[in-house]
Amino acid sequence: MVYRGPYRVRVEEKDRPSIEHPNDAIVRVTRAAICGSDLHLYHGMMPDTRVGMTFGHEFVGVVDEVGPSVEHLRPGDRVMVPFNIFCGTCFYCARGMYANCHNVNPNATAVGGIYGYSHTTGGYDGAQAEYVRVPFADVGPSLLPDWMDEDDAVLLTDAVATGYFGAQLGDITEGDVVVVFGAGPVGLYAAKSAWLMGAGRVIVIDHLDYRLAKAAEFAHAETCNFTEYDDIVVHLKKITGYLGADVAIDAVGAEADGNLLQHVTAAKLKRQGGSPVALNWAIDSVRKGATISVMGAYGPIFSAIKFGDAMNKGLTLRMNQCPVKRQWPRLFEHVKAGYLKPSEIITHRIPLEHIAEGYHIFSAKLDDCIKPIIVPNAA
Amino acid sequence: MTYTPEKPALPRSIEELRATIPGWGADLDPKFRPAVPQERLDPDLSGAHWEFPERQPEKWPRERSIEHQFLTPVFGTACPPRGASGKIRRYAYAKYSEARAAHWLLLIAADRVDTVESTLRSFVSRRPDNPLTETGIRTEFTRGGLSSRVGRKRADVVHHPLDPVIVAAPWVLGAAVTYAAIRRLTRGRRGEQTTDR
Repeated sequence: MVYRGPYRVRVEEKDRPSIEHPNDAIVRVTRAAICGSDLHLYHGMMPDTRVGMTFGHEFVGVVDEVGPSVEHLRPGDRVMVPFNIFCGTCFYCARGMYANCHNVNPNATAVGGIYGYSHTTGGYDGAQAEYVRVPFADVGPSLLPDWMDEDDAVLLTDAVATGYFGAQLGDITEGDVVVVFGAGPVGLYAAKSAWLMGAGRVIVIDHLDYRLAKAAEFAHAETCNFTEYDDIVVHLKKITGYLGADVAIDAVGAEADGNLLQHVTAAKLKRQGGSPVALNWAIDSVRKGATISVMGAYGPIFSAIKFGDAMNKGLTLRMNQCPVKRQWPRLFEHVKAGYLKPSEIITHRIPLEHIAEGYHIFSAKLDDCIKPIIVPNAA
Repeated sequence: MTYTPEKPALPRSIEELRATIPGWGADLDPKFRPAVPQERLDPDLSGAHWEFPERQPEKWPRERSIEHQFLTPVFGTACPPRGASGKIRRYAYAKYSEARAAHWLLLIAADRVDTVESTLRSFVSRRPDNPLTETGIRTEFTRGGLSSRVGRKRADVVHHPLDPVIVAAPWVLGAAVTYAAIRRLTRGRRGEQTTDR
């Protein structure tokens, strides 16, 4: 697929990617996904999203070719590839902060490298394609375990790991009340992961009933459709004994609905790094001294966030892109134990040649879409 | 109770949660949560066999943030800057750090210029843009465009009418400007011909 401008993508023949660094591999994609944060690109929200770019950072595939210094992979290996591109040895990688690698993104210092994202994450083409260049092939990818299904694996390359990371950053302790804003894939996995960490109550907020139904069934969560209340913050206070939640997870990010003014200034006029409606609701609805974990993706420009309230309430705000590979060993154990079944949220399988339709279905939330998977032609 | 030391009671007891939710509390102890030293699949081997990686060849002057000391050893080569948008991008990277709003506003402006440039370029290529089909709009009719929205209390329905305006407005504006320019040109030529006679 290639991006042609806001709200426009199409299928195009591009040159097969080539080895550009001795530790590169070329991977033939067998499964890719469209992520909620791809929609920020699709809507033209992220600066330096160039026409001709191929999106896609959630993928698994088969190694097709390796560079001369690749030691741990061979052509024919089935691999799952974390959405982060990272070198393994810089200051940040050495501390397990793979999402913050300093050696892969010349365009910015605030964020590491990501496949198929705006050029502010390094200008790498993504995996909603037949083939993709995988830098640092000895470091990023892992061999797909024999027992793991490809559909589960593709979701572990971002959505599951990010949801789990969101719960982890919440520092949940036994019996905590956790409120999750957003019932998209990351929100669903964050809700599910909160239980693993001993939450006493998990409440998921969204405006789409079908997603809330999934949150109740898949993630055993209580649900609230915020459109049914005059003020969702007051409602959350009421149902938590007027204390507020102990932990809030923002799994919405830049395109939050619920406030037309914020949506227009941020999502439409691009004068904010994202509509902070969900984040502000999170700040307002937690108790004093609570922790807020931000997993929703925001752009680099400032946003109108209620920082004064966060300060006065003594909140701890934690956030980052997920260091996916760091999460995998434990997540593999949970999948094996049956505590997590990632592929249960897949609702649509879309051939690569229908990518424009796939993006529209996901973006406009048609047909009760929760998570679309792209099946490339060569898969 | 909020106004007393106790926390409000949970709707379900911990014992009930443990019995009904698969895996409840499996990572209750923070030592099970992925972090240092659980950061690697094999703690002795990240896979890297370098301290500083070999450098990728720079085939053209690669734009970079001025907050970086030098070009990172590995980088993407997806869409090198080109045309007027490329000039804006290069200027934004060369002049302003990530801390400056000008940096990001210039990049956003370059994105819009890039869209126009690329669309015009496509019209003289073998594969011109199709501004309609590329939006995937067909699915509005095949995947329940109406039923997915009507009677569902969706918050985003309020702004959905804006989306087509944002997508279509530049096209309509572009067509109007082109029409006006052609009209002016042909009128001017007719005027010249009249004068010649």
